[in-house]
Amino acid sequence: MLKKIDFGKNNREIVIPGVRIAEADFPAPFRSGLEYSSPARGTWNIVHTGMLIPEAHEIYVCAAGCIRGVVLTAAEMGASDRFSTVAVRENNLLDGDMEDLVVDGVTDIINKLPARPPAVLVHTSCVHHFTGVDLDMIYSKLRERFPDIDFADCYMNPIMRKSGLTPDQLMRSRLYMLLKRRPADRSAVAIVGSDLPTREDSDLKKLLAGAALKTREITSCKTYEEYQQMAESTVFISNYPDAVPGADMLAERLEAVHFHLPFSFDPDEIDEGLKQLSQILAANCEPAKAADSYYLAELESVVDSIISEGRSACTEAFEETLSLIGDTPIAIDYTYCPRPLSLARMLLDKGFNVSRVYLDSIPARDKPDFDYLQQNYPDLMLRPTVHAAMRFAHAAADCTQNHCRPQMLAIGQKAAYFENTENFVNIVEGGGMNGYEAITGTLGLMRDAFLHKKPVRDLIQIKGLGCEVCIR
Amino acid sequence: MKQTARIISTYSADVMGVCSALYELGGMTVMHDASGCNSTYTTHDEPRWYDMDSMIYISGLSEMEAIMGDDEKLIADIEEAAKELQPRFIAVAGTPIPAMTGFDYEAAASLIEQRTGIPAFGFPTTGMNTYIHGASMALAGIAERFVRPPEVPVVQGSRIRVNILGLTPLDFSINGTDRSLVKWLKENDFEVVSKWSMGCSLDELACAGIADVNLIVSAAGLGAGRVLYNKFGIPAVIGLPIGPKQSGYLSDAMVRSAEVYRSMRVSGREDDMQGLRSIRIHPNDLDPVHKEEMVVLIGEGITNFSLANAIRFETGHKTKVLCATECPEFILRPWDVIAPDEDDIIPELEEASYIIADPMYQPVCPEKARFISLPSEAFSGRIYRNDIHDLIAHPEIILEQIG
Repeated sequence: MLKKIDFGKNNREIVIPGVRIAEADFPAPFRSGLEYSSPARGTWNIVHTGMLIPEAHEIYVCAAGCIRGVVLTAAEMGASDRFSTVAVRENNLLDGDMEDLVVDGVTDIINKLPARPPAVLVHTSCVHHFTGVDLDMIYSKLRERFPDIDFADCYMNPIMRKSGLTPDQLMRSRLYMLLKRRPADRSAVAIVGSDLPTREDSDLKKLLAGAALKTREITSCKTYEEYQQMAESTVFISNYPDAVPGADMLAERLEAVHFHLPFSFDPDEIDEGLKQLSQILAANCEPAKAADSYYLAELESVVDSIISEGRSACTEAFEETLSLIGDTPIAIDYTYCPRPLSLARMLLDKGFNVSRVYLDSIPARDKPDFDYLQQNYPDLMLRPTVHAAMRFAHAAADCTQNHCRPQMLAIGQKAAYFENTENFVNIVEGGGMNGYEAITGTLGLMRDAFLHKKPVRDLIQIKGLGCEVCIR
Repeated sequence: MKQTARIISTYSADVMGVCSALYELGGMTVMHDASGCNSTYTTHDEPRWYDMDSMIYISGLSEMEAIMGDDEKLIADIEEAAKELQPRFIAVAGTPIPAMTGFDYEAAASLIEQRTGIPAFGFPTTGMNTYIHGASMALAGIAERFVRPPEVPVVQGSRIRVNILGLTPLDFSINGTDRSLVKWLKENDFEVVSKWSMGCSLDELACAGIADVNLIVSAAGLGAGRVLYNKFGIPAVIGLPIGPKQSGYLSDAMVRSAEVYRSMRVSGREDDMQGLRSIRIHPNDLDPVHKEEMVVLIGEGITNFSLANAIRFETGHKTKVLCATECPEFILRPWDVIAPDEDDIIPELEEASYIIADPMYQPVCPEKARFISLPSEAFSGRIYRNDIHDLIAHPEIILEQIG
């Protein structure tokens, strides 16, 4: 798409990048180059996620430029009293005293805190990685000095984002490393790795309630002791894809079971996940229950009921939503949920007019959806979010809104910004939904977005949408 | 312990200062960084990001590129983007990892310029200094490269022409302070040539050589001030017109400096230039203090030095500036203190009756002192943006709170 951009005297035409999915490469549809940052800020960062551990204190050790973003994240969420910093300066790089700076800096801060926190998350950064600091020695000294504090080694080293675990995966893994082994409670399970609380009406919560299991989740823990009680769980359930590596580590360390219930908009995948989870729960529940055929039949019945009711609710929701939205173009971005191509596929199959999906790369888990869309909807456009020319997409979007019908319905903050539309679904990271409830929930949010405009500028610039769950 | 902050924020860094200073000039600024700097800058340091397009990017440096010294990736990416976007200039600014790997900014800029034909700069920022350092470096670079010599003769008796140096939203937000400054200059019969760099184009900055005097309103303007003096002999006066007395002193100092400069230009004698002082700080010891209560101000050097003088002139209080950003000591008064760290600041607050600072300093301030909020975009970002004052138009907002 070519758009004339107004630069005063230097007017020129800029191509807003995009590619038909039929011609897109997997997993990188766009060449990597200079990166632009849109003003959509609803996704969580490592500060928000770290604050989920109740009563924990976060300390970041890095250069001022790196501190700036995280210290103001904490301030904006009203959590400055749980956040401190140690600034790395040029002399530290030259003097080779990085280990001393971390140990002495963290010690100084802990000694100045009005109350001793039960846990401290120490975030080191790229410079520590590149100078090869001895992290083992650092944490050994800190644990020796403060035996009453649990220290978590956390990382803000985005330079490693293309090597090994991504920063997001790493932070989600650090979130549970402080859990200490406790006697297993076979009536308890834990949902791990999601920033947002799992909705009570979600398929997962319905299944766990039907199985009469105590369900723990970090988002509902109000004290450090409640957080530690998660360690009693026999099954750890993750739903967010980036939670998988951390949940695997956790289950291995605590000798428990990790089950990943995939986030998906595909009914068959949802059904399969629910059935597998019910079997895992049955196999790991109290021995009396495991031998109780009535309980096992009841569990099976719960799953069947979730599936049948979910499918039925979806059918109704699709009809209602399609009759309202019709052929209005829809744009989806990857911040809305971890499976944007699964969402696009579902909507296109049901007759919705999905015209664009905003993403910069395609995870391996989305390959089947990518292949399907290539075959069946070759004209679907993929657009990047960080490509340099995307700086001008917002200005280039046709914002002459028809007063009767929205010109574009956006699902996700970045799609709303780039399409310059006020009709958008303001959710990040799946919003705590899953299963059929994620389908009906999304359709409900789409209807609401179609009918009601929202102040995009005000809403999308707020960092960490929903992170008030961190403030206790 | 120095370098630790239990609870206070940190100032915007040098790399962000480069971006802020160059934002409106039609160039392309690239932060050579892995990730994070871009969203930090655009969220917390740049109030213009949503409403005013500017080509600010990160390079997306990866571990392997850093280890292997693959500078070609950066240069090729810039070349490709520049070909498409056609910026007026290209600037590359650095962050900690390029500083550690010894990235050669000058050589990279030279290569980029050769390949694109677009003027290019390499600013060796490290992400470990404050925005003042970066903004000053960037504006100096623009002055060195683009400002043309004065081609018009001096007309004695005409209005004195002024460049405003060091004007960025990090110190002055987007609350109209820049317009109030221009209004004050016009009301005092000055002609504004250029504003470095809010509300001004690169072409307008290029004409800065015709000015008779530079007004440096934050330490971010010091680099450009030095360049314009070294190139053309244009003198500079430091300060902000806050409060009537100080504004009068400032105006007088600018007129005197400009007149000397004009004489030199008319005479054309090189030795007359010796009579010019490169930097003239307007007098700050004219009115003795007559109140013992101490007003302590924390923040950027020049803006707080100016406010401190205004308080002293208008209320008679003793004042002390705790300068938390880079500022040459000759600008500060003997009793002012460079205090970047929490532990530098806390002992200095013990004698304060009033403390004027960004609200994010309040948790370390003694309760016995009255805290007067003066938010700074450079410290608390967007959090208190709606409460940032235009002190040029409304100095009473602060002065009336000091009894």
